[in-house]
Amino acid sequence: MTDRKAIEIAEDGYKWGFHDEAKYLFRTEKGLSRKVVQEIAGIKEEPEWMREMRLRALEVFESKPMPAWGPDLSAVNLDEMYYYARASDRAERDWGDVPDYIRRTFDRLGIPEAERKFLAGVGAQYDSETVYHNIRQELSKQGVIFVDMDTAVREYPDLVRRYFGTIVPPGDNKFSALNSAVWSGGSFIYVPEGARVDVPLQAYFRINAENIGQFERTLIIAEPGSFVHYIEGCTAPIYTSNSLHAAVVEVIVKKGARVRYSTVQNWSTNVYNLVTKRSVAYEDAVIEWVDGNLGSKVTMKYPAIYLMEPGARGEVLSLSFAGRGQHQDAGAKAVHAAPYTNSVITSKSISKDGGRASYRGLVKAYRGAKGIRSSVRCDALLLDEDSRSDTYPTMEIDERDVTISHEASVSKVSEEQLFYLRSRGIDEQEATKMIVNGFVEPVVKELPMEYAVELNRLIELQLEGAIG
Amino acid sequence: MPAKKPLFQIDNLHVNVESREIVKGLSLKVGRGEVHAIMGPNASGKSTLANAIMGHPRYTVTKGRVLFKGEDITALGPDEKARRGLFLAFQYPMAIPGVTMVNFLRSALRAVRGSDVPVREFRTMLKETMAKLKIDEDFARRYVNDGFSGGEMKRAEVLQMGILQPDMAILDETDSGLDIDALRTVSEGISSLMNEDRGMLVITHYQRILNYVPPDFVHVLFDGRIIKSGGRELAQELEAEGYERITGVVSEVAS
Repeated sequence: MTDRKAIEIAEDGYKWGFHDEAKYLFRTEKGLSRKVVQEIAGIKEEPEWMREMRLRALEVFESKPMPAWGPDLSAVNLDEMYYYARASDRAERDWGDVPDYIRRTFDRLGIPEAERKFLAGVGAQYDSETVYHNIRQELSKQGVIFVDMDTAVREYPDLVRRYFGTIVPPGDNKFSALNSAVWSGGSFIYVPEGARVDVPLQAYFRINAENIGQFERTLIIAEPGSFVHYIEGCTAPIYTSNSLHAAVVEVIVKKGARVRYSTVQNWSTNVYNLVTKRSVAYEDAVIEWVDGNLGSKVTMKYPAIYLMEPGARGEVLSLSFAGRGQHQDAGAKAVHAAPYTNSVITSKSISKDGGRASYRGLVKAYRGAKGIRSSVRCDALLLDEDSRSDTYPTMEIDERDVTISHEASVSKVSEEQLFYLRSRGIDEQEATKMIVNGFVEPVVKELPMEYAVELNRLIELQLEGAIG
Repeated sequence: MPAKKPLFQIDNLHVNVESREIVKGLSLKVGRGEVHAIMGPNASGKSTLANAIMGHPRYTVTKGRVLFKGEDITALGPDEKARRGLFLAFQYPMAIPGVTMVNFLRSALRAVRGSDVPVREFRTMLKETMAKLKIDEDFARRYVNDGFSGGEMKRAEVLQMGILQPDMAILDETDSGLDIDALRTVSEGISSLMNEDRGMLVITHYQRILNYVPPDFVHVLFDGRIIKSGGRELAQELEAEGYERITGVVSEVAS
């Protein structure tokens, strides 16, 4: 029961601030080198092409400077990190076979319960290896593949080799290069033509060890006319030194298919969360990103939609909450590379206790991309005078026949709204919560019930500290 | 026999808005079972009075007090006043985007009662009150006052009143912006919430709402003061002859 206590007294109400005394079977040495990358590839017994990709990516990583155009990353000490750790030596399919101490962690996160309720499959990543992976038989029968990425490299090498790194090449940015060099775990989803996955597929990521970078790699391929909703939740315990999460997500949505990718990110407030998420959508395909960013010290995340053929549509719905010492630099990119494509970007941010939330976005239309529509809406809510909100929208429009709108608003919880709610007996704290919950409702309502409840609860926890 | 304490009493109230005095010494007593009407031309201080009584933070009471059930409530927060049974139907209710009417009403009822309300009981109550006010059922799923028409807002205010069942209600121009049929429905809804233990203060520009909610007393507000009080016939007199006959005299003196 001492564990429970640790949870309750965790700093600023961070409920997931417990950590297990994990028994690491293997951990690479500190810092990054060819040797470390070779070791990772060696442990995984990877094919030569993957090993070569990792080594090339390492060179790209070393050649690129730290990005200086966004949040302050000067405290990230890449030489002090461990880039690979493994706590369990094989992927488990049966919950009962998962080692006890790992199971305890997941029990606290409520995963088996969630799974019993409605989830089609659970892929839970514990540090670098996926220790538990389950997929219901009907999905297998449909030909849907939902495995961790390491398994995919072994069991579906042709599919992986064909698509891996094609949407986010290692050279895209410093952290996509880093991920490509040391990636481990993540999800691989393949949905065959016409297959429709009716319940969300879920993965839960968690960083356990101190100074561990987590570099999962996710690849989703939706064949023509298929549908899948993938949802991930992230959480990490609190440590004094800074941790790094640099994931890469690639999504390919073929003709007439639809993919929805939802994330609820609640990293502890010492994690640098630097994620590259990108999707390509072909004719009449639909890609939707729903992104909730609550935790982390710094988040840099701009889910991108590349609309490659006529009729493709993309939507990014993002919510961020920046509390004390947090900088949420979130946004979206919509690239219209074909005529008659649509994009909708909605960004909602809340800042309190000196937190900073930025919207950084790009809308790009190539010449010849006629009749496209794009609408961007950013709403920021400031809960006090110390907090901050910025928008950095960029438009690169090389075509005349386009319909593009951009609206931005910054508001404070209004005195009039508070007075109105209070005149109905609702106290100030509760009234503020209602207004904030109302503000985020357009994002929350897009999540499955269980995640919506969790997100609202996380927001309330953050607010209680603010109003107190 | 000692005089019964009034349910609600305003005692020499002075109210400033941004350091300008708007209400300039107003006194009024509302007994249990009584409906009072306050009538007055535009800019006479009607809405300031209503907001100041409820405790709007931008309205400063510089002098005087408000007593409710024998206690001085002048300095209490609006939520505390509401929990004691005071209600204000707003002339311009605020939109709360993303918060559904049903959640709002349930939170308000829980706050005013001080305990949770069983779902079944709440549902029944909501359904009945909505039916009485001829409000569609899907209304409960809409966001509070968000995109409501003028008439819908007024119905929503009376719906809240019907759910919260206040002992003392102040209605700030609840009749404005309503067509004849809506006026009847809303007024009948208000009227049905009146009983011998409760009090009401109906603030209005026109007397037409008073046909449905007959007042026991009518007061004429002008330049922050009550310049004349009377029975119901005063409202009819005002309707027939306009405000100027009564206020004109005062205007001349003031100018």
